[in-house]
Amino acid sequence: MEALMAVCIGVLTACGVYLMLRARTFPVVMGLMLLGYAVNLFLFAMGRLATEAPAVIGRAESHADPLPQALVLTAIVIGFAMTAYVVILVIRARKTLNHDYVDDRVNERAHGAPEKSQGTRS
Amino acid sequence: MNSLLIVLLPLCGACLPRLAQGLGRAWCARITVLPVLVALALLLQAAPDVLGGEGLRFSVPWLTQLGMALAFRLDGLSWLFALLILGIGVLVILYAHYYLEKNDPGGRFYTLLLLFMGAMLGLVLADNLLLMVLFWELTSISSFLLIGYSFQDSGARKGARMALAVTGAGGLALLAGVLLLGQIVGSYALDDVLAAGDQIRAHSLYPLVLVLVLLGAFTKSAQFPFHFWLPHAMSAPTPVSAYLHSATMVKAGVFLLARLYPALSGTELWGLLVTGAGLATLVLGAVTALFRHDLKGLLAFSTISHLGLVTLLFGLNTPMATVAALFHIVNHATFKASLFMAAGIIDHETGTRDMRLLGGLRRYLPHTALLATVAAGAMAGVPLLNGFLSKEMFFAETVQARVFGTWHLLVPILATVAGSFSIAYSLRFIRDVFFRSTPGWLQDKAPHEPARYMRVPVEILVILCLAVGMIPMFMVGALLATAAAATLNTEAPAFSLVLWHGFDTALKMSLLALVAGVVIYHYRKTLWRWHARLPLQDARHVFEGALQALGRAGEAVATGVVNGSLQRYMLVLLLAVVALPVWALWGWPHWTGVSGLTPADPVTAVGAFILCAAAIGTVVSHHYRLAALVQLSAVGLMVALAFARFSAPDLALTQISVEIVTVVFLMLALYFLPQYAGNRSSRARLLRDGGIAAVVGGGAAALAWAVMTRPLDSISGFFIDQAVPGGGGTNVVNVILVDFRGFDTLGEISVLVIAALGIYALLDGLRIDAPGRPRGELINPHPMIMTVVSRPMLPIALAVALYIFLRGHNLPGGGFIAGLITAVALILQFVGNGVNWTQERLGVRYHPVLAGGLLIALATGAGSWLFGYPFLTSSHTHFHVPGIGEIELATAMLFDLGVYLVVVSSTLLIIGKLGSISAVPKTTEASH
Repeated sequence: MEALMAVCIGVLTACGVYLMLRARTFPVVMGLMLLGYAVNLFLFAMGRLATEAPAVIGRAESHADPLPQALVLTAIVIGFAMTAYVVILVIRARKTLNHDYVDDRVNERAHGAPEKSQGTRS
Repeated sequence: MNSLLIVLLPLCGACLPRLAQGLGRAWCARITVLPVLVALALLLQAAPDVLGGEGLRFSVPWLTQLGMALAFRLDGLSWLFALLILGIGVLVILYAHYYLEKNDPGGRFYTLLLLFMGAMLGLVLADNLLLMVLFWELTSISSFLLIGYSFQDSGARKGARMALAVTGAGGLALLAGVLLLGQIVGSYALDDVLAAGDQIRAHSLYPLVLVLVLLGAFTKSAQFPFHFWLPHAMSAPTPVSAYLHSATMVKAGVFLLARLYPALSGTELWGLLVTGAGLATLVLGAVTALFRHDLKGLLAFSTISHLGLVTLLFGLNTPMATVAALFHIVNHATFKASLFMAAGIIDHETGTRDMRLLGGLRRYLPHTALLATVAAGAMAGVPLLNGFLSKEMFFAETVQARVFGTWHLLVPILATVAGSFSIAYSLRFIRDVFFRSTPGWLQDKAPHEPARYMRVPVEILVILCLAVGMIPMFMVGALLATAAAATLNTEAPAFSLVLWHGFDTALKMSLLALVAGVVIYHYRKTLWRWHARLPLQDARHVFEGALQALGRAGEAVATGVVNGSLQRYMLVLLLAVVALPVWALWGWPHWTGVSGLTPADPVTAVGAFILCAAAIGTVVSHHYRLAALVQLSAVGLMVALAFARFSAPDLALTQISVEIVTVVFLMLALYFLPQYAGNRSSRARLLRDGGIAAVVGGGAAALAWAVMTRPLDSISGFFIDQAVPGGGGTNVVNVILVDFRGFDTLGEISVLVIAALGIYALLDGLRIDAPGRPRGELINPHPMIMTVVSRPMLPIALAVALYIFLRGHNLPGGGFIAGLITAVALILQFVGNGVNWTQERLGVRYHPVLAGGLLIALATGAGSWLFGYPFLTSSHTHFHVPGIGEIELATAMLFDLGVYLVVVSSTLLIIGKLGSISAVPKTTEASH
């Protein structure tokens, strides 16, 4: 079970990091979310993996560590707030810059002026 | 107490001139001089004590943790310097009154002057090294302002900047040196430091300390190779030059040498560095002074030369040399201040300071000519004047100097060379300005003597030169003995200041220098021609060039590193994330811990597989954004299931409701973004990113594995034990959130509020078209079946939310989850019926609810103050409700209500705002 969890955390982290290195904004947002999942799972795993032991007094024999759970609960909500904010920034950036690249200057240098309107569904 | 007052009077008095400015120039000067005169009176009143060897101390604890103290001492050395600062200060104020332009009210000038005076007094009176550094920096800053007094003039600005850069850099070095000294001695109190001389000299850090302190002293006292700022500081008004560059600021460096003499001197290194710098400065200054045609330029280089002389004397490591150094400090201050003032008078009356244009002024300014001649005689070292005595002492000491070992003759020889040049430039000062024939333009102009009282300061100083020169023991004997005793921190050596020592080596050197000086003066024009051919560069151009080069280099580094590419910053951050742990953990053998593993079951394995597959699928299909988003939501759902699987029901509920809100939100956002983004990255780039991602992911997995296979040592036992008795709830996670760690939760909902308001502000008034689709293209945005199904869902969902909220304290649930469920239910109405439709019927404005929720949470927390408990202490009690039974009510519930309201309103505010800009406005719809 621990190995499965570790692999999941690793895959989520790797996928998140890869997407965060992309040049356009939406994949970066998705990468941030994936990394967020990975971090939450990682924090959660710091309380070890317990089966059928919720931290509710009187409902189970033993109790999983409630502290990482409380921290992760906070992290999930804050992660939502952050994702929402970043997404709005992405929309604002596309409106202002007329493109959806992470880098404004660099892309202008490398690819000439950014296209006025990016391609639609193909 | 008096010593404190002496420092504070000018410092606090600095506000007076500006206030008195409205009363007219005369009153402004009179009021300015008042605090200085009082301070001078206090100083003189302390004279019997100081000369009796007692001295005054004053100390108040201040910043004691830093080793600092507001401590002042008035011993012989500081009394001598304070006398120079205050005495010459009074004369300079009087002089400046006549020197300043009639249309300059002088308030700013006097304010800065008093500020500088106070800083200087603090520096010489400080009884604590850190306090001394503080005042040292103050002198740098106030002298910067004084030098740049005529800020309209670019030369003044550049000169001031150069002075600040050089002396400020030296100040930093001094601070470092003083901190090290304090570390070595264990105290910053001057007494402790001076008493620990042997300990300091034996310490391994002594060379570093010495170099740092000397850097401070040499930059301030314009010693070679830091002398170049002083001539450029001559763009200051002449009273400032007379004050700063003769008597005070430049003397701060040699004062430092004197003050720390018992702590640092006596070693070979001290002798080499101090004597070496002094000797180089002495010769360089004296020679260069001859090639300056500007009166103040000549005096500036002469000052550099004389400062070198004083420094050299300190470097000789003998008590008698110290007496000579102190004596020369006094003499130089008197004759150089009067010469600067005379130069100012000449400039004032003729309009020029160029010696090549001047001549024959004795016919027009006989009085000034006499004064300047006597003062210049003192500068040259003519008998019967004070300069002669200290110069003889200096020559006598150089003969005995042994700091350069077998090269010991170098010191007297170079001293004689410098002496001859100083005679040559003094001769030039007198002859070229006051004698020779008068040029035609000057005859037309017919300059006249300045106002009576403008000459008074010069007269006083010149009389002092004469008096000290003729009856030295009576004038300064006792003062020098006390100052020398304070400097050496022991008994002063026996000395006698007499005019005639016999026909000794020193006198022979003087005579030789006199003859050579006259010869050099005679051939000066040949020397000038030779000098003009030298490839010398103006220090200012070199300095400005260096500054600009520094700026360009900084900019190049900045633009090279901070090039505006966020992708590159991300890459650098991730590389650091990879590099540091790899470096730290390379070859670590304990990746697998000792505790046993839990067995894996097939269902969980399948779940893990789906999670990984969905995550990888997101990456693979990220160019097709909608598909990627769907797979991303699958990842989120699997994470929620993972929480449920591993005994975290609260997390699972939260994750699943957040997931729904997020996906809806991203769907809305995607409407404004390109749906497909082609692959533009090169293959190498993809490989590189993939490699980084694999390493980071592998590292995270390995760390997680390492922790999970180790036994748990948690503080959670406390929370589990105290949840029911302390928090009144059986759901430990919820009790932690709203009670034990309630402050965290308060911070968290504040973040939510800020994010919601920030998003609202970013989107407010935004009009945005979806790429490639004109507004209002969507046909039938709200399918009938969706509308029909969604409406009855609302009351059911709200009931569930209420249930989840109420049971939250005891069973999985709570304000967060209830809030998210409510939000999801309302978002469903947005989707099914349209944002505008729903919001019209909802009739609630989100902002007040948002604020209200936060206020409820805050008020609940603050409420516990009323009962004398700390912020956010909860209390709980049992209620018996007929028909329902026992209900436990905790104040934490009220707090949870605040959380609930914030979560609902912020979520709806965000989604509603984004939805409303994507919704087809009614007016547009009608026009279609």
